Amino acid sequence: MFRYTKLTLLREIGLWALALIFLAPFYFLVTTALKPDSEMYTTSPLAPPKSPDLSNFVAVLTATGNSNVVMGLVNSVIITAGSIVGLIALGSITGYVISRNTRRWSRGAYYLFLVAIILPGQLGAVPLYMGARAIGLTGSAWGLIILYTGMLLPLSIFLYANFFRGLGTDYEEAATIDGASRSQIFSKVVFPMMAPATGTVTIFAGLIVWNDFFTSLIFLGGSANQTLPVAMYYYIGSLVSKWNSIFAIVIVSMIPILALFLFAQKRFIQGFSGGLKG
Amino acid sequence: MTATMQPKSEAAEAPRRGRGFPGADQKARPRGRGLQFGHWWWALPGIALVIAIHYVATGIGGFFAFTNWTGIGSFKIVGWQNFEAIFKDPTKLGALLNTLFLAFGSVFLGSVGGLIIALGLNRVLKTRYILRTLFFMPVVLSPLATAYIWKYIFDFDGPINVFLTSIGAGDLAKPWLADPQWAIWTVLVVLVWSSTGFAMVIFMAGLAGVPVEVEEAAAIDGANLWQRFRNVTLPAIRPAIAIATTLGIVQGLRVFDPIMALTSGGPAGATETLATQVYKQAFALGNFGGGAALALVLAVIILFFAVLQQRLTRSNPED
Repeated sequence: MFRYTKLTLLREIGLWALALIFLAPFYFLVTTALKPDSEMYTTSPLAPPKSPDLSNFVAVLTATGNSNVVMGLVNSVIITAGSIVGLIALGSITGYVISRNTRRWSRGAYYLFLVAIILPGQLGAVPLYMGARAIGLTGSAWGLIILYTGMLLPLSIFLYANFFRGLGTDYEEAATIDGASRSQIFSKVVFPMMAPATGTVTIFAGLIVWNDFFTSLIFLGGSANQTLPVAMYYYIGSLVSKWNSIFAIVIVSMIPILALFLFAQKRFIQGFSGGLKG
Repeated sequence: MTATMQPKSEAAEAPRRGRGFPGADQKARPRGRGLQFGHWWWALPGIALVIAIHYVATGIGGFFAFTNWTGIGSFKIVGWQNFEAIFKDPTKLGALLNTLFLAFGSVFLGSVGGLIIALGLNRVLKTRYILRTLFFMPVVLSPLATAYIWKYIFDFDGPINVFLTSIGAGDLAKPWLADPQWAIWTVLVVLVWSSTGFAMVIFMAGLAGVPVEVEEAAAIDGANLWQRFRNVTLPAIRPAIAIATTLGIVQGLRVFDPIMALTSGGPAGATETLATQVYKQAFALGNFGGGAALALVLAVIILFFAVLQQRLTRSNPED
């Protein structure tokens, strides 16, 4: 019954038109970034550049000081990767234990994590900063990895706990009968099966950490180890309405995540919808 | 993500699950008492880290809400004074209204937009996956980058005003972000733009679960497009609606990055939200007690709406 008719074609064309309007900001982003300074005020914002060049990008990639974009890029990669590793390791084992345990405390722990997801971070931001500074976690990539791991851990545990709840215990029972120890069961039986949940955690946590501005601004404040959004913020702060340069750095900052998304878009979207369905 | 609290989905598979609830499995499956998976103490590092970073820090912050602490030095406990100050200060009351307006406005428009696109992409379209990818793209961008793009688009010399002038509507051109009346609407546009794709993906997943046969049967019985949507599709995607709106409201109530980059709360406080006010009071103005009190109000509002949303979508008689 649901066949491809003329009406479907019309619907398809309509949605493409909508998509083009929806993505118009990207058109302005790219055309403006390619305009040299001389064209910025002489061509219309709606028109593409007459003689596109990459001078803005060269300027962005060679900037130094606390708007050092290349270093920001490296720091962001290290911090994002480190946080993801921490979240997978701690999240999977904690989610596993609280979803497999049948005692009352495990349910309490589940709600402990659920409420922590919703708590707004600002209330604890200052006490957290003072605590982190006291034990030397501010100003370094390591400190930020630990902080992000702690901040996003409730989400990671929640996703893993829901995954394990939906997973039958048959394999684990069989392994127990075959004489495997509890740690063997986790590392050899459960760990290989939890890949879908790991994918969801990686995508969620990776996106949040990679894009986060506020936390790294505060906790890395004043140090030379800036993340990409902070480097972008400082770089843009030194430019007043020089939109071609601003957009060059905006493009540089979004290329890694956009490339990853387009490359693995199916996993991204599955991760989002699947992880949320629980 | 809170939709997993849905009792239905849990109950359906209960006998097969090693659930974390006392006595859930004992009768359904003759399991030996000794058959336990994992050691309970494996959960300790995770629990300790979450308690330290979330609960202890938030608890201390909550305590300072009742003090006149400036962020350094000594302080006095002042009781409810900070809260009384919030409800006497027009800027903070305005921030409260703005927060609610932006959260509900962006959730409503984003969900309706996402639902329309999801319905449009549902079934038989040849390019549905390409279109889905395109509509989802804004979701992966950082709020900071998104805000900078839109700041240019709404700039006085930016594309919107140039476009309006070129079609002869030049008198509509205005400094959108600096106009006290329009600034909040521009922020709303940006929030909707970056959240529509997210709602769309959740609705598409929900729509994929609606059986074709039921829709066909309704069509054969003579139900028109609207009736089919109202009576077949909508009830089937209610869980998806619950997830999309709950998440959207929780996110919308906390909105911070895009506003700081777009308007910094200006002009004259027209786009101030609770989150930006908390930041300004606690970090910029040295009024940590007041900022903490405001953050506590924000936390209570978020918890209230998250719970209310769950209740409303769950206790519907049609379910």
